[in-house]
Amino acid sequence: MIGIEHLPVLLIVLSLLAAFTIFVAGWFDKKFSWAISFITILVQLVMSIFILNHVLFTGKIDYWLSGWRPPWGIQVVVDTLNAYVLVVLLFLALLSVMYSKRNIQHELPEKVITYYAVYQLLVTGLCGVTITGDIFNMYVFVEIFSLAAYALIASRGGIALKASFVYLVMGSIGACLFVLGIGFLYSVTGSLNMADLAAILPPLYGNKMVQAAFALFVVGLSIKMALFPLHTWLPDAHSFAPAEISAMLSGIIIEVSTYALIRLSFSVFTVNFLKLLPIYDLLAWIAAIAIIYGSVMAIAQLNLKRMLAYSSVSQMGYIMLAVGLSLSTKHLLWGGLTPALMHILNHALMKGCLFMVAGAFIYKADLWNITDLRGLGRKMPWTCGAFTMAAISMIGVPPSVGFVSKIYLIFAVVEAGNFLFMAVILLSTLLNLVYFWRVIETLYMKVGEAGPHHEYEKPVKTDEIPLLMLIPILILGSLCIVMGIIWLTEIPIIGAVPIMDSVNKLFEIGRYTVVP
Amino acid sequence: MMEWLTQEILAKYNYWIAVIIILIGFYAMIAKDNLIKKLIGLSLFQTGIFLYFISLGDVGVGWGLRSGTTYIIEAIPEGYIYINPLPTALILTAIVVSVSTLAVSLGLVIRIYEEYETIEESEIIEKERVL
Repeated sequence: MIGIEHLPVLLIVLSLLAAFTIFVAGWFDKKFSWAISFITILVQLVMSIFILNHVLFTGKIDYWLSGWRPPWGIQVVVDTLNAYVLVVLLFLALLSVMYSKRNIQHELPEKVITYYAVYQLLVTGLCGVTITGDIFNMYVFVEIFSLAAYALIASRGGIALKASFVYLVMGSIGACLFVLGIGFLYSVTGSLNMADLAAILPPLYGNKMVQAAFALFVVGLSIKMALFPLHTWLPDAHSFAPAEISAMLSGIIIEVSTYALIRLSFSVFTVNFLKLLPIYDLLAWIAAIAIIYGSVMAIAQLNLKRMLAYSSVSQMGYIMLAVGLSLSTKHLLWGGLTPALMHILNHALMKGCLFMVAGAFIYKADLWNITDLRGLGRKMPWTCGAFTMAAISMIGVPPSVGFVSKIYLIFAVVEAGNFLFMAVILLSTLLNLVYFWRVIETLYMKVGEAGPHHEYEKPVKTDEIPLLMLIPILILGSLCIVMGIIWLTEIPIIGAVPIMDSVNKLFEIGRYTVVP
Repeated sequence: MMEWLTQEILAKYNYWIAVIIILIGFYAMIAKDNLIKKLIGLSLFQTGIFLYFISLGDVGVGWGLRSGTTYIIEAIPEGYIYINPLPTALILTAIVVSVSTLAVSLGLVIRIYEEYETIEESEIIEKERVL
């Protein structure tokens, strides 16, 4: 039995090995590729749950690659924050790969093997960013997952090629700024290890180089996470990628970039540095603009996936608003990073579900526009039911996850004393209602094919998507409600979820003492 | 004036060249219409960063910026000049990353050319509007 401290590295090794195994096995039989991918990610998910369990109850995992002492060698550090993000990302990755079996056969029949191989590389990169404790290593993994994402977005051909190219150019600028920031930090400290940097940096907080490095990290990663006004690559990339890649892009890839920013700002620069500069206040304001801009643009869209993409811009605004407020909130329940971390999971669930349903409409009848979806609520009851659940979560109807995120964010805003942000959140809820209700209305209340009125009573033959595509949609759709109930019941009783609590404790923000 | 010129510009000429290359690359990525020219800009941008990193490896002389230290050898023997190997090793990795980025992007440009029969961005947008 191997020790638990080997698991984080194995996570990457396994995934990378699977990418190459899929190529070789794919030569023998195409069917192997899906099975290998599915089993690998399943094993990874189980491993990540073990890691989370270990980290939560025993302490953080600190692994030195090939035994080199940290400032020299590469270090892998897993604490509650990484473990949590790791579980979320592998969970959505598993559901996406489940969904893609039939969808990819249908959409890219001649590219099945390469699709799964590149998909594994995407997962490798995402896991790598999450577990690493070395900033240069983080850059390399960011590039790995970005390259895989470019390829996957382009896989459908046509307009997707252009979307992918725009993403590539912008993403590369982001990565270049990131690596330039690393260079700045290296030139003043001579170190690349996160823990080592955190120890060296405090006397240098006033240094112009260090501040410039931080600015470069923020701008570089803002491009990767599509924070307004650097979001311009996102709508096209999200709308023309295959459905499960849209789900991964929106639910995981931009979130992992957010994680990278959180990790860099709290683990490398620490809270004391962030309090010196008003950069987090600035981020909160930008996020507030992003929330409104994304919602307004979403209303203007006719294409369902494009609408969801703009909604992602606004949801990233929520996460960044929560991150921006994390320094000024101290309350036990909503202080610190708690709302941001909650919304990372909640957004993955909601957007994962919505994009997969949008993909299901495309799979079934190649329907892209919202007006084409008339009467589908009776034709595809389960799919549309899941869509409705995720959509009401996005709006923020009580026991759903969206409600929990919004209510915690509103409490945090009230504590921070900025009522303009509260107005922004309420206005955005209203706008969410406008653009999601429009879709629900089309699904359920309009008759298909614009037939005469009496056709309304006619029984419609249900025509559902294959079970393998339906299961992930239903899991995500029901989790939107179940998770919300769990958040709502657990938190007031225990004080705060132990994960969030220990993250806040780690970074010394919020108030993290657990109520007895 | 002369002193300022030698200390700020000439003594750090490699950093200035890196900055100029980065800015030329950045300009090309933003302003050029041709997709291949955009990629040349990207490549220049990355090369400028590599130059900056490699300049950091210079430990012995220490012009202005405080560079890293040699990790392996504590005291440099008389008559030898060492550079810090770490930035060089990092850039080796970064070169691999940049080569793969270029490979993927050139592949994309080929597919875009097949699809749209042009690699001018304005013409692609024009054709997209028709579609």
